[in-house]
Amino acid sequence: MHPDSVTEFSSTPLDAFDASVVERLLGAALASGGDHADLYFEYRSARDFAFEEGKVRTVGRGIVLGLGVRVVRGEATGYAYTEDLSDARMLEAARTAGQIASHGGTRTPIALAARTLPSFYPVPELSLLRPGEEKVALLRRVDAAARAYDPRIVRVEASFIEGCSDVLVVNSEGVMARDRQPMVRLGVIAVAEAGGKRQTGRSGTAKRRGLDLFAEPGSTPEDHGREAARLAIAMLDAQDAPAGPMEVVLAPGESGILLHEAVGHGLEADFNRKKTSNYSGQMGKRVASELCTVVDDATLMNARGSINVDDEGTAGGSNLLIDKGILVGYMHDRISARHFGVKPTGNGRRESFRHPPLPRMTNTLLLAGNDAPEDIIASVSRGVYAKRFSGGQVNISNGDFVFSLTESYLIEDGKLGAPLRGVNLIGNGPEVLRKVTMVGHDFQLSDGTWTCGKSGQSVPVGIGTPTVKIAQITVGGTRAP
Amino acid sequence: MTGGQGTRTRADVRSCQELAEHMLNLALRAGADGAEVLVRDGAELRVKLRMGETELIEEAGSRGLGLRVVKDERVAVTYTSDFGARAMQAFAEESVALCHLGEPDPFAALPGREEMARSLPDLDLWDESVLSIDVAEALRWTKVGEAAALAHDARVTNSDGASFSRGIGASGFASSAGFSGGYRGSHVSFVVEPVCDDAEGKKRNGYHYTSSRFVSGLLAAEAVGVEATRRTVAKLGSRKVATCQVPAVFSPEAGRSLLGQFAGVISGGAVWRKGSYLAEREGSQVASPLVTIVDDPLLPRAPGSRPFDGEGLAVRPNVVVSEGTLRTFLCDVYAARKLGRTSTGSAGRGVGGGPHVTTSNFILRSGKSSAREVANVPRGLYITDLMGFGFNPVTGDFSQGAAGFWIENGEHAFPVSEVTISVNFDDLWKGIDAVGDDLDTRSSVQCPTFRVARATVAGT
Repeated sequence: MHPDSVTEFSSTPLDAFDASVVERLLGAALASGGDHADLYFEYRSARDFAFEEGKVRTVGRGIVLGLGVRVVRGEATGYAYTEDLSDARMLEAARTAGQIASHGGTRTPIALAARTLPSFYPVPELSLLRPGEEKVALLRRVDAAARAYDPRIVRVEASFIEGCSDVLVVNSEGVMARDRQPMVRLGVIAVAEAGGKRQTGRSGTAKRRGLDLFAEPGSTPEDHGREAARLAIAMLDAQDAPAGPMEVVLAPGESGILLHEAVGHGLEADFNRKKTSNYSGQMGKRVASELCTVVDDATLMNARGSINVDDEGTAGGSNLLIDKGILVGYMHDRISARHFGVKPTGNGRRESFRHPPLPRMTNTLLLAGNDAPEDIIASVSRGVYAKRFSGGQVNISNGDFVFSLTESYLIEDGKLGAPLRGVNLIGNGPEVLRKVTMVGHDFQLSDGTWTCGKSGQSVPVGIGTPTVKIAQITVGGTRAP
Repeated sequence: MTGGQGTRTRADVRSCQELAEHMLNLALRAGADGAEVLVRDGAELRVKLRMGETELIEEAGSRGLGLRVVKDERVAVTYTSDFGARAMQAFAEESVALCHLGEPDPFAALPGREEMARSLPDLDLWDESVLSIDVAEALRWTKVGEAAALAHDARVTNSDGASFSRGIGASGFASSAGFSGGYRGSHVSFVVEPVCDDAEGKKRNGYHYTSSRFVSGLLAAEAVGVEATRRTVAKLGSRKVATCQVPAVFSPEAGRSLLGQFAGVISGGAVWRKGSYLAEREGSQVASPLVTIVDDPLLPRAPGSRPFDGEGLAVRPNVVVSEGTLRTFLCDVYAARKLGRTSTGSAGRGVGGGPHVTTSNFILRSGKSSAREVANVPRGLYITDLMGFGFNPVTGDFSQGAAGFWIENGEHAFPVSEVTISVNFDDLWKGIDAVGDDLDTRSSVQCPTFRVARATVAGT
């Protein structure tokens, strides 16, 4: 088979699993009782291209096929998976998952009905179906643009990853849902060198799109090549960052990482069900400044974190979490929804068929306010303007979080000043959100390659914010005040 | 509880090796100039219990195959979990065909025949008794451990649970450079995570774990639970400290993450890519004379041991830093060729990707001081936890969230959280002025307690 004649996804191995097969498996899973069972069939096909030193270094290809079976009894989960989709092995997985419920009687699943899903990520053509040469050409353009930006750019690495998953989710409540989940991802790292100093800059994008994404202004290979180069060059002049508490202005878009860490994880309902989150028991109470309205929205067209259906068969939705500072909702999977007596919110997600679902974020957003971004910067006498981030982490129990800046500037007398070397911000989720004193009207969804890790499982997510001012947060520089 | 079927996969080395050799032949027949194949077959059991109730029982076997093919100096790296005869054939052909999208790279050839491992040391990585732990026994561990944690101190009011996991795995590897081999290994681990309530609705969480390749290497469940609680309640009343520059003492757990980041900057892959602040520093002083760091794949029963590397090369202990002097970068074959030298036998690989430089057992050698002596400073910060991703390998800039204890006259005065610690890596490693004798051997990155003379702590 020639790799460019891939005809995948017109048919996949999952076509073989009709209602009669899955009903038998659900029956086996629930043979010892249990409140709920689900099956998660996954066929995933991916290709990747790594480009460095001006040429394609490796081409990669992977195929994943498997079934995960979950049986839930109360709040306990039995889980098993198999890559061998023979009848015998699938039944064995169903029975293994069912051992969690060995005390109950047999439960009969409800008759299956195919669910019609929304379509939040239509693509004109799957990237996987286009010839490999087209993706190599994208990488060449990234490389050329980055090198042309400045002669001090001495090295460029670019990568392109494309994948599509075909998933079939079936559960004992009678839901049978099939979804096709595409993703393309372009990444670039540029290294700049001058005067014995060396710095890197990164750029990239990942969305549920086809190759047409890279024809759009702002999203072309040249845009990403130049952006990585710009960042690497800008950081050559960076100075040591100050240390200690100060005013911080978050740039629109990527700063959503703060929201993801500071409140997002704490509002995933499994932590609240177990009362191990610092947001436990806070429903209906003020947890943020009244300027803050936060939603988790799986319905944004073609966004990285969007899902038509979650990995337990619940349709993806838009869920209000914080309304003008008041906590109004958690993100649920089926187990936590049952615990709290509410409907599942479509946040039950998993990394692959090898993992049981957990409450996870999709696209988590702080909605726009009324302030002009320039007024926000002008209001700061001495502080830090945080523009780009490499990642963050939170301790769910006490809400302490850190996030790491890759591009930031000193603000002095209301004006942006010198760029700062790599610096961390540290704060406490609820405390920081109470200190939000200005929110811009310039909401942006980050187009970055964000991946969220929890309990050893990675899922793609989206983040977004407008410009935000935080009255005080600890800046972890090396320069004592 | 009925026993599951997950242990039926017995991590059979022979069958992994046969599959690897079979795929190697298919790839060569499909036109590859050279190829190498890794097959992994494993099984795991994981149980979690929380507040006395079973929360998760997970049991499964898993098998995968990774292939690297070289044709006309072009490389494709592919993986699959479909072992059907027709699927294997098609996979081999497709993998070879993919090479045409690459570009010629003379460095990308497989290792030379003379570099391949000729005999495999027995590293004692397999414990048959791991398989005797069934669901009921694993749950017993979790019940005993969590109960001990809850009973030890009334201030423990909640729990993130206790988890037991055991796994077995076999690898078979075949390369057209002239190698076919395999090995198997086992592991068991157990963790307890208590939670207690602090002021202002904050919770404090902590953990303790035990981990080994052998069941007999585990601490007792009760001991793990009690130690987890001791560590957790010690965090009650944590507060920030004023921004300052003080000595920083790293516990073995916190030091581990620094050592792991150091492994990244002595990796030949980062060096030839100019992705390390140490790229031009081989042979020079990069750390204090108290610092000796080795990467040793040959330690019997150790978590990171391996009898051959990810390209089928013989492995050996490598002294990376000797009394502060950087002796060598760790290299796989590609990085070595880029740097004009030979591989240090440091390639690792998984089924899902090609070979790259990895550490095996990466160890900061114990010093002569007791952990107590290391922490004996008039004032300083004892760090138990680091958070975040604030490390830039190109510049060595390091800034991470930290928690631990404030030290006054060598004693823990009060717990500290929500501060950052910042210091350039070059200053950090050169600034080490005490290394403890308490090497923590539970994971494949191992270090004792150590102290850095001065770091910036940002707080109030």
